Amino acid sequence: MKLDVTQIRKDFPILEREVRPGVRVTYLDSTATSQKPVQVIQAMDDFYRRSNANIHRGVHTLAEESTALYEGARERIAKFINAESARQVIYTRNTTESINLVAYSWARANLKQGDLVILTEMEHHSNLVPWHMLQAERGIELEFIPVTEDGLLDLTSYKSLLDRRPKLVSFTHMSNVLGTINPAAEIIRLAHQAGAVTLVDGAQSVPHLTVDVQALDADFYAFSAHKMCGPTGIGALYGKLDLLEAMPPFLGGGDMIREVKLRSFRPNSLPHKFEAGTPAIAEAVGFGAAVDYLSAIGMEKIAAHEHEITEYALERLEEIPGVKLFGPSADKKGGVAAFTLDGVHPHDVAQILDQDGIAVRAGHHCAQPLHEKFGIPATSRASFYLYSTKEEVDLLVNGVYKVKEMFG
Amino acid sequence: MDDLYREVIIEHYKNPSYRGKLDPHDISFADNNPLCGDHIQIDLRVDENGVVTDARFDGHGCAISQASADLLLESIIGKPLEEVKKLNKDSVLELLGIDLGPVRLKCALLSLKVLKAGVYGMKEASDSLVE
Repeated sequence: MKLDVTQIRKDFPILEREVRPGVRVTYLDSTATSQKPVQVIQAMDDFYRRSNANIHRGVHTLAEESTALYEGARERIAKFINAESARQVIYTRNTTESINLVAYSWARANLKQGDLVILTEMEHHSNLVPWHMLQAERGIELEFIPVTEDGLLDLTSYKSLLDRRPKLVSFTHMSNVLGTINPAAEIIRLAHQAGAVTLVDGAQSVPHLTVDVQALDADFYAFSAHKMCGPTGIGALYGKLDLLEAMPPFLGGGDMIREVKLRSFRPNSLPHKFEAGTPAIAEAVGFGAAVDYLSAIGMEKIAAHEHEITEYALERLEEIPGVKLFGPSADKKGGVAAFTLDGVHPHDVAQILDQDGIAVRAGHHCAQPLHEKFGIPATSRASFYLYSTKEEVDLLVNGVYKVKEMFG
Repeated sequence: MDDLYREVIIEHYKNPSYRGKLDPHDISFADNNPLCGDHIQIDLRVDENGVVTDARFDGHGCAISQASADLLLESIIGKPLEEVKKLNKDSVLELLGIDLGPVRLKCALLSLKVLKAGVYGMKEASDSLVE
């Protein structure tokens, strides 16, 4: 059964928005953040209208209800990525904070000067800078799996890097620029053979693919709600139980403690050990509604639809003289089309497209080293999700022709 | 739209008069726009009276940033540095002849920021230079 996109689009009120009179938005920027269905907006609205109270400890009805909603969402999120238990899903602000949690708690307890961390050349800044910071503080060493000309990870180089016995291999499951879907299970298997722990940046994969953390055998897996139909301000870190149990707390404060004395504390059990202070409760409820929404449709159907749109988009964009696409062919990537247009800066492309309501992103997309590798300062990036249509791709293509005309 | 990409802007972007480098030069400064990675270097020659005798810019960026650099240098040749120091946001907008939103304003003002940081002999260009 194919995705009924016409029906799905009705769930996203913003897609009807006119950005100027008579010009409806063509939203091709879901890789930056997805739009939100009414089901998610409604769940958060209901929460504030009916249940809002602070969670845990409270004994009154609203507090109990809020706690149940907050923890219930965690259970459904755990199920969505096939975690063994909800205790292994820690709420964070976003993927960036999830990665930082590992860098601050696990890495500072386990890495010392000279220890090797392997990253890749296609990482988002969120999986580079925390390690730069640790390098400055601890003197760890960093190596990078190279990216080939066609936008894939060079696994032969990876294998020789593994001879140096890294302590951690941290990589993106799906590139936010090239769209490349990396062979995560294979990368993790090889890392484990070399005795390394693995951390996967799943910001782009969890929204678009079926992710099974147990099948992948990932040690840590990080993702954000806002890229998968959920609200901003909340994300999650999955971790293997033994690793999480052994890790020291990250932030200190309320809720993460079992007992506090004037001069000491004992940390709470998982997952609360890592959730200090009043969390984003309504956002957790929205996160839960988002995984319900995606589960009800089915991730396989969503992935198949995006594949169809991406294939069509790459084909149509390729036809345009002067357009250069980045990343692998459609069968090896998710719904991302990053491109340059000869003689026109991506900013100008995006600005002119915006006049027709077409929302694409222009810049280095928080992956500056990757752009340097390809010798370009920036790209324009169109990205697709379950609500994207071929008609929207056509509008994009017509828009790019219009840009060409203006810059003649 | 037609405003934003006025003929004059496209023209200065495609056929800039002051693109290049000056060797030797009296003042040289370069900086990036961290939002989009646009990069501009400006070289100046200044005579004994403190008057700009020649100017060039180099780098890469969008039409707005490159055209504004070209227009800006065109406007300062023959002017004393003291006058260059007085240039601000409005001077650049006047040269471009358009109104810009906050994001594109940064593109338009990058060259002025670089120019003034160089003239003042600063280590880093700061936004306060163009306010």
